[in-house]
Amino acid sequence: MRLSRFLNRWVLYALAVLGLALFLRDEYSFTLLNFIGIHALLVVGLNLLLGYAGQISLGHAAFFGLGAYTSGILTATYGVNPWLAMAAGLGVSGGAAFLIGIPALKLRGYYLAMATLGFGIIVYIFLNEAHDLTGGPSGLSGIPSLSLAGFPLNTPHRLYLLIWIILGLILALSANLVNSRTGRAIRALHDSEAGAESLGVDTFRMKLKIFVWSALYASLAGSLYAHSLNFIAPGSFGFMFSIKLVTMVVLGGMASIWGSLLGAGVLTVLPEMLTVFHDFEVVIFGAILMVVMIFLPRGLVRGILDLYEFRRYKKKGGHIPV
Amino acid sequence: MEIFADLLQYLISGLTNGAIYALIALGFGIIYNTTTIINFAQGEMVMLGALAAISIYSLTPSLPLAFLGAVVLVTLVGLVFERLALRPVKDPSPITLIIITVGGAVFIKGVAMLLWGKEAFNLPPFSSNAPIHLGPATILPQNLWVLGITAVSVAALEAFFRLTLVGKAMRACAYNTRAARLVGIAAGRMVQLSFGVSAALGAAAGILIAPLTLGVYDMGTMLGLKGFSAAIIGGLGSLSGGVLGGLVLGVAEALATGFISSGYRDAVAFLLLLLVLFLRPQGLVGGRK
Amino acid sequence: MELQRVSLAFGGLQAVEQVSFEVAKGAIKAVIGPNGAGKTTLFNLVTGFLAPQQGRIIFQGEEIQGRPAHRIAWQGIARTFQLVQLFDHMTVLENVMVGRHRLSRSGLLAGALQFPWTRTEEKGIRAEAMEFLEFVGLANRAQQPAAILPLGLKRMLEIARALASAPTLLLLDEPASGLDAVETERLKDLILALKDRGLTLLLVEHDMGLTMEVADEIAVLNYGKLIADGPPRAIQKNPEVIAAYLGTDWQSQ
Repeated sequence: MRLSRFLNRWVLYALAVLGLALFLRDEYSFTLLNFIGIHALLVVGLNLLLGYAGQISLGHAAFFGLGAYTSGILTATYGVNPWLAMAAGLGVSGGAAFLIGIPALKLRGYYLAMATLGFGIIVYIFLNEAHDLTGGPSGLSGIPSLSLAGFPLNTPHRLYLLIWIILGLILALSANLVNSRTGRAIRALHDSEAGAESLGVDTFRMKLKIFVWSALYASLAGSLYAHSLNFIAPGSFGFMFSIKLVTMVVLGGMASIWGSLLGAGVLTVLPEMLTVFHDFEVVIFGAILMVVMIFLPRGLVRGILDLYEFRRYKKKGGHIPV
Repeated sequence: MEIFADLLQYLISGLTNGAIYALIALGFGIIYNTTTIINFAQGEMVMLGALAAISIYSLTPSLPLAFLGAVVLVTLVGLVFERLALRPVKDPSPITLIIITVGGAVFIKGVAMLLWGKEAFNLPPFSSNAPIHLGPATILPQNLWVLGITAVSVAALEAFFRLTLVGKAMRACAYNTRAARLVGIAAGRMVQLSFGVSAALGAAAGILIAPLTLGVYDMGTMLGLKGFSAAIIGGLGSLSGGVLGGLVLGVAEALATGFISSGYRDAVAFLLLLLVLFLRPQGLVGGRK
Repeated sequence: MELQRVSLAFGGLQAVEQVSFEVAKGAIKAVIGPNGAGKTTLFNLVTGFLAPQQGRIIFQGEEIQGRPAHRIAWQGIARTFQLVQLFDHMTVLENVMVGRHRLSRSGLLAGALQFPWTRTEEKGIRAEAMEFLEFVGLANRAQQPAAILPLGLKRMLEIARALASAPTLLLLDEPASGLDAVETERLKDLILALKDRGLTLLLVEHDMGLTMEVADEIAVLNYGKLIADGPPRAIQKNPEVIAAYLGTDWQSQ
């Protein structure tokens, strides 16, 4: 029964993606969908780290930026093949995550949050200041588009399928991961690090692995972003964006793969749909963060599911945890 | 001789900024000591203090009134924040609290943007603007105000925590909330008090620095983060840690800006922060974790 | 297992002082003592959550003191906790499946890509975990969230999970704490069944009735020092032990 449920979700996904590709006409819709896709890539990765593993990262935008700039610089300035540059980006982001993760993940709670935040800001400042390399605050332009076997992906419509196929694969990989041995170990260390350790889980290595893994997703998203807009600027990769990503995780639901898609979707579309929203965007983001975390600390989707599950078991005579 | 003059100048501006960071760090420290919560919204209290003072001053051009009024207002904001955003929390784990206080900070910043817009405002200095010459360096009277009021505040806080019953009660809460409750200390009140005092400190910091750096809606973010960095650098558990961390940070920033480059100025705080977190997480003074 | 002059102090407080004793293979050894005597500290030292400042801990011929907790688990030592450390956001079955961690191999990539051998391994893990649930009588609750179980069943689940890691030595930290008479009886049966299966057990317990019934040997701690070590009958009569427990009338049980 589980297998058929599994198949159904992916079939629906494929149908929805293909359907939109065929029936939508305007470039604007595809641009929006591409942003949703890229954000979803970021949010899934952050969710694995924050929602499942319980590791607070307030600097995720840095890995997004490292991926974007590695791709951008290698292709625009050095004419490297975009796909190779993307791979290089994975290396840079992953490597940075590894290096910063080793000392940072030994920390907990506020200390870890500050370490990741500090790292994120340092990367941002570097992107701003290293003018010769990155183009400074005015950004890096002239980034070529991706092309598949000679076919250039230089319109939103063309990029759409690529981004959403990649996203689909990533969602599948992530869903697999969460229910696997490693996924269980990671969820376990979130609930009780002592318990996990007592069963032989090397919690530090697990945290590091998932930290690097989520950085890889972010790097991929960054590269796709760079090749979509053909232009990047440091402003997109700062502290506020890291907070936005956390908001998307929180809204969609911690420890929920599909919730990540929801959170990314809602918080990408909403600011676009309501132009008056723009002034209020900051206020609303802040309010969402506060309200959701106060009442549903596991996020919207997960919180509602939890309530439903517990209510179900209350009827069967179980105990509700305080 | 040139270098000496420059050094002195950097030291002065570094200490001034350092005093501001110290005040902000103290705000973090007080809440942390009473509740083990880190209030990421602390930076916004600084911003609100500055902007509120500027607004009050534009209505009634009296600096003491503006100072007092702004501090009172921001203290109220701090109390309301604690009541609405933190009291009802069902699951006070670090992740939850961090996200809530970050959300609060973002929210307050957003409101400030709606109320005051994005422009920068001026607050006149407390006394004159005539620079004083200290040997080869110049110091503005406002710098002296900052250092002076910070020193007084720190001394007052020390006295408060050491000598008054309420102050001791707050420290008791930090060490052992349950025991504190058992001997009759109303922990809830202590928490409120800590938020109020921290907000007041933040507001004061903002009003002090506004004549030097202008008041604008987004000034709180960086100041708050740096203030928190200062608190960690010095050591979260102790008052002296906050002060030391603030001053060290301020001076380090000034020296780096002067001798290396100004673009990387903000990075100094976070590089120092990372160094402390990775090598000596309990901070320079080494308070309790 | 053997402890040799193990010592640890926290600041000024000597939590464990020069404690030496042995645990014979296949036996059930209990560690008792008044509150604060250092029993849980001892457990944490043996299982790698703390490192001793002095002394050695030898298990199956190897020195294991100071090794991190997860390495100790790989040696074949498992434990339960005084305050149950379940994975609340996972199901009962998943909790036990985590117990099989060291007996399986799929890493992050394998988990994400789901190779055929990974899938086979996963089926195996699931089946083996179910067996342990059946052994403690929780099989019918496999899909329930672990958080909703009553305390007695939570302890059972924690034991099942610890057993799933195929230990040769199992440490139980106050397993009877918070259990009623019926649940304690069930626990006693379980402990004896485990001994029959060849497991060596080290038990910290306050419930004297249970301890006297299951233990082959008892070590008594007081203020971090070992004050007695021997079979239950000898311990019952030991005047120092009685003095340490002043006020606790357990002789008559």
